[in-house]
Amino acid sequence: MIDALGVPQSVLLLGGTSEIGLAIVDRYLDRRPVRVVLAGRPSERLDSAVARLTARATRVDTVDFDAKDLASQQTALQQSFSAGDIDVAIVAFGVLGDQPAPENDPATAAHLATVNFTAAMNVGIILARAMRRQGHGVIVALSSVAAVRPRHSNFIYGATKAGMDAFYRGLADSLDGSGVDVLVVRAGPVRTRMTAHLPDRPLTSSPEAVAAAVTEAVWRRRTVLWTPRSMRIIAWIIRLLPRRLLRKVP
Amino acid sequence: MTESRMLTGWGRTAPSAARVITGADDEALIAAVLGAGPRGLLARGSGRAYGDVAQNAGGVIVDMTRRARIVSWDARQGVVTVESGVTLDRLLRTVVPAGWCLPVIPGTGHVTVGGAIAADVHGKNHGSQGGFGAHVLAFDLLTGNGSVRTATPGSEVFQATVGGMGLTGVVLRATLRLIPVTTAWVRVTRQRAGRLDSVLAGLMTADHAVAWLDLSRTGARTGRGVLTLGSPAEPDELPPGTDPLAYAAVRSSPALAVPVSPLFRPQVIGAANSVIYRRAPSVPRSVARPMADYFFPLDRVIAWNRAYGRGGFVQYQFVLPHDAAETLHRVITMLASADRGVSLAVLKRLGPGGSGLLSFPTAGWTLAADLPACTALADRLDRLDRLVAGAGGRVYLAKDARLRPDVLTAMYPKLARFRAVRRALDPAGIFTSDLARRLSL
Ligand SMILES: Cc1cc2nc3c(=O)[nH]c(=O)nc-3n(C[C@H](O)[C@H](O)[C@H](O)COP(=O)(O)OP(=O)(O)OC[C@H]3O[C@@H](n4cnc5c(N)ncnc54)[C@H](O)[C@@H]3O)c2cc1C
Repeated sequence: MIDALGVPQSVLLLGGTSEIGLAIVDRYLDRRPVRVVLAGRPSERLDSAVARLTARATRVDTVDFDAKDLASQQTALQQSFSAGDIDVAIVAFGVLGDQPAPENDPATAAHLATVNFTAAMNVGIILARAMRRQGHGVIVALSSVAAVRPRHSNFIYGATKAGMDAFYRGLADSLDGSGVDVLVVRAGPVRTRMTAHLPDRPLTSSPEAVAAAVTEAVWRRRTVLWTPRSMRIIAWIIRLLPRRLLRKVP
Repeated sequence: MTESRMLTGWGRTAPSAARVITGADDEALIAAVLGAGPRGLLARGSGRAYGDVAQNAGGVIVDMTRRARIVSWDARQGVVTVESGVTLDRLLRTVVPAGWCLPVIPGTGHVTVGGAIAADVHGKNHGSQGGFGAHVLAFDLLTGNGSVRTATPGSEVFQATVGGMGLTGVVLRATLRLIPVTTAWVRVTRQRAGRLDSVLAGLMTADHAVAWLDLSRTGARTGRGVLTLGSPAEPDELPPGTDPLAYAAVRSSPALAVPVSPLFRPQVIGAANSVIYRRAPSVPRSVARPMADYFFPLDRVIAWNRAYGRGGFVQYQFVLPHDAAETLHRVITMLASADRGVSLAVLKRLGPGGSGLLSFPTAGWTLAADLPACTALADRLDRLDRLVAGAGGRVYLAKDARLRPDVLTAMYPKLARFRAVRRALDPAGIFTSDLARRLSL
């Protein structure tokens, strides 16, 4: 159960090596020991995440999870719920797919769509069903500002996130009254492994800052979180700008 | 009737969904217990417990409030048998005019007899009368295999159910012992006390005693307060022409239409506290008041809990042994500096504990502090849990919504026995709650 002050007993991270995801887990562990399930592909990074969390969690389990392999996800999620209720499930897997590569290669673009959108939707449906049965729980879906404001350097990524973003908002509505909440996190640029090779853009934040905002929004039972908060206003202003001007923005 | 509903406790935090069965007779309840799915079943009374103790996420909740008949009533002996969904207020309306009263009355008349047994509730007179369970002569308990057992004091089933938070089964009916009264009025004496120590001393001076505390001051004035002492009023003290035994229920005004949670800021609370304190008499002053006004001051406003807005509030109620006065000072100081302040703080004295294995009361001081919920409160209350447990105290589960699970065994030394009785009574684990899951009870 998530308690009255937003402290959960168990957290499932889908995309077990996601830096933002792990920062959220850490943020919860700063408060109290919780049970953690990391779902991801077996890797050294996953092992080191397990090793690091084990000291602070009541228990850390791993589950084989491959975002590309849709058919295996039902089983992976069943395993994730086998040790008891999941209070917070974080959908954190995703690929950035630096353009222009996907622009010139439909296969790469399709891969992005599979991981960022199709798998996220597949997982969301399975999670919703499991949590409905529990009568409580929160699904945190890591979307992106790019879902609302695709730039021409990342519009394919943005398109996949837009699909995911719309799906999870709809899911939130469909779960009204079920005890299950959905939080869609529209993060601006975050300094992570995935973006380390890119220059810092304005308003770049850290995984820790995103995690702090997420845990607060989970407690407030919000549906959409913009982080940093100013992103929301910027996205809104940009929507009013003429397209011709926008094209100049990289 | 069954419907899916979102439920919370009185603090309106941590909602969860359950299938709610209302108004069922014994047969339907037995069928519900036998047909309970993997998420189990739990009885719920008026939902006056503050936290998640009357919630069962994904499972079945049986709403007992429609089962509110008075089954039999012996006005000569002062013994009454009721269905467990009857509220204490309703019961008082029946018995007081005949010259009888409940020996133990909590701070609201809306609680049901089932809820009062399940939490072994205490009144302002715990030192002389003990908990609610001490006056229960017998009850019928619907257990996990669908059978109904009658439990009497001294039996393990009785001890596990009194204070057992609904986790042993559903109390269907209970027989209660009453005490005689000559009037339906209470002589209420109020006086302010400038320091915590004088509040504590004042609480020792009467059978019925409670203190409102001002937790907005710092330094020596932290914990100054207003004492309210009560004793039965004699007929000659009542306003002329009053029928001495007429029970007047609290006249309540409707719910606040708008949440005033923005007002719950330390500065505003501080100003309000000063007014309350200054308006209280500096020397003892007594008046006769209708008993409901005295016992249920908060019932004057319907649904006052909504004033806290969407975030809700938590009540932190703990008891510390009398010799832990220093810890009491520390805890009060730490509460007083909570980020969003303490909107209400009430201090009482408790006598020795009763037979309930999970009952809250033990001899000492009990403070109940209402705190507007915010995530920053989590760490602060976790630290207080440690202090309270370390000094031999405990937190009241009927109020709890966020306890650190690892201090539970220290706070409730009879927990192992409770678990054993519960396992024997309900091997399939039918009866469960959000609190039970959260604390791995
Ligand atoms: C304003 C206010 C003042 C209060 N003052 C006091 C006080 O002075 N002293 C005190 O001790 N408490 C006090 N309380 C707390 C309250 O008395 C307890 O929480 C009580 O248990 C609430 O009863 P309820 O009928 O609302 O039960 P609920 O809140 O619905 O349920 C509480 C527990 O009782 C169980 N339960 C209910 N009915 C049954 C049944 N038929 N069979 C088995 N289990 C059952 C539930 O499963 C749950 O575990 C106060 C609460 C409020 C809101």
